[in-house]
Amino acid sequence: MSSQSTALGSGVVPGRGALGLANADSGSRLPEPPRDRMRVQRLQDALFHQVTRFFAFSVLAILAAIIASLLYGAWPALLEFGAGFPFSADWNPVTDKFGGLISVYGTLSTSVIALVVAIPVSFGIAIFLTELCPPVLRGPLGIAVELLAAVPSIIYGMWGLFVFAPLFADYVQPVLSMTLGNLPFVGTLFQGPQNGIGILSAGLILSVMVIPFIASVMRDVFEVVPGILKESAYGLGATTWEVVWNIVLPYTRVGVIGGVMLGLGRALGETMAVTFVIGNAHRISPSLYEAGNSIASTLANEFAEAASDLHVSSLIALGLILFFVTFVVLALSKILLMRLGRSEGEKT
Amino acid sequence: MSDTTALYRKRVRTNRIALMCSLLAMLIGMSFLAWIMIVLLYKGFGALSLSLFTQSTPAPGSDGGLFNAILGSLMMVGVSTFIATPIGILAGVYLSEFGRKGWLAPTTRFINDILLSAPSIVIGVFIYAVYVAQVQHFSGWAGSLALALIAIPVVVRTTENMLNLVPGSLREAASALGAPRWKVVLHVVLRSARAGVLTGILLAIARVSGETAPLLFTALNNQFTSYDLNGPMANLPVVIFQFAMSPYENWNSLAWGGAILITFGVLCLNIVVRTMFRKKI
Repeated sequence: MSSQSTALGSGVVPGRGALGLANADSGSRLPEPPRDRMRVQRLQDALFHQVTRFFAFSVLAILAAIIASLLYGAWPALLEFGAGFPFSADWNPVTDKFGGLISVYGTLSTSVIALVVAIPVSFGIAIFLTELCPPVLRGPLGIAVELLAAVPSIIYGMWGLFVFAPLFADYVQPVLSMTLGNLPFVGTLFQGPQNGIGILSAGLILSVMVIPFIASVMRDVFEVVPGILKESAYGLGATTWEVVWNIVLPYTRVGVIGGVMLGLGRALGETMAVTFVIGNAHRISPSLYEAGNSIASTLANEFAEAASDLHVSSLIALGLILFFVTFVVLALSKILLMRLGRSEGEKT
Repeated sequence: MSDTTALYRKRVRTNRIALMCSLLAMLIGMSFLAWIMIVLLYKGFGALSLSLFTQSTPAPGSDGGLFNAILGSLMMVGVSTFIATPIGILAGVYLSEFGRKGWLAPTTRFINDILLSAPSIVIGVFIYAVYVAQVQHFSGWAGSLALALIAIPVVVRTTENMLNLVPGSLREAASALGAPRWKVVLHVVLRSARAGVLTGILLAIARVSGETAPLLFTALNNQFTSYDLNGPMANLPVVIFQFAMSPYENWNSLAWGGAILITFGVLCLNIVVRTMFRKKI
């Protein structure tokens, strides 16, 4: 108490006295922050900057580590089977012959089916949320769509296997066989065992899972269209649909493609839902009703039980292919969405 | 004149059809959500009981619960949050506060957004290769690490977004009072974005608690109650997966019970977060 009052009485800010006096060799009596203190603060700042920088860098390091470890793990398989690995349909743990074609085919076909179904539905949802929906409902419905994305994928798998697949086999597959199944060329796709499990079911369940991702990107990019553009079109007498098709969509084309790419990236890597309904059979057949295997489902089923080193290595090689493809797709998506953002900045 | 009315009618009709389709698309989306929820309630509600929370996973045909799986999930999600939060927040701080110039920030932002959607099973393979294969056994630590790698991008993303919402004048005011940069960031910027950063953490928890794929070959599973993160650990998603795929009646029913727990937990977290911070995420 007494020491504080003397410090105040001497006109020196408490706590700074000692440092201030020690540093007062220049003769200045101004109560400026002493140089030592500045130096300490600068040091702390630099330290803080470097620490945050280090953690930002660690995100890059994680990516590098993933790629490096996948490459390292896949190396024996790539050496053994060469560049033909993704194009060989062998997959035989007994004879130690491995190739990725079946899994790659399963991954690509399910993802394509997912996109074919999900794009129009997502587009409809995005139009509904931006143009049609009463403002009161916009928030809750937007959240509801995002909740579809929050449901864990294993739940989609269980629902797909135990609820969706039986209904699909009883009511949808026969109808598809009778209608689309008779068309030339595409007909064989819809012929086969009608048990509700297979590439087509997996693709359809994937579509439900990627709809929220595509729809929310589309909604977000539709919302950046300047009101004045839309109002001008309305003012000229355009209908809502004409405004969407001729104004909103051309303006946001890049972003919409970015959203679709994001959905594709999600569909390619989806594991559990696909594992439940794809049937897990290592074969390729012309029918979409047949069971198959995707890269992710192969990994989920076999990785923990793989016995030979070459088997493990081949599985990691599949993982590497999957990671590489999704990386490229997601990078494209990001670049497209960034380009929309940038042109946005130029126009305003 | 009749030509123009015909054209007008056609345009109106097209418009009406298109908007009906849009409404239909929305209904389809919502009906799938409702369908899944109803199925979960219908199949899982019967399995909800006190023993679900108190007993461990049973052998086929006998009574039991999911205590060990719930415990394992909580422990691993907790550890992964503990790892991911500081890393994610500090990286997010860098992107938002120091990321104006240089190559690191844009690159990190780009890569982070890709990792956000990267296939989670590959993360599992990665942890298997660098950790499980080295120590030669599955463990809860490995599972936690895999989950942390999935959570980090979520925390980075939301932290950066939330810090960007803090008005620059607040930073300038603090700096003008002589506060060093680190104090400005920690005591002013982070503090005023506290709720938003918390949101990011909650979203990350919601995201990882349903993840199954990365746990399949990191934490594996354990039939017994285990507090040892250094050994294989039961966890809800993997138990659900194994029990749902099994031919045993009582296991299937437990799988639905677990499914209901996990889904409603995750959805509640999401609803709370999104209604509190709509627009900002």
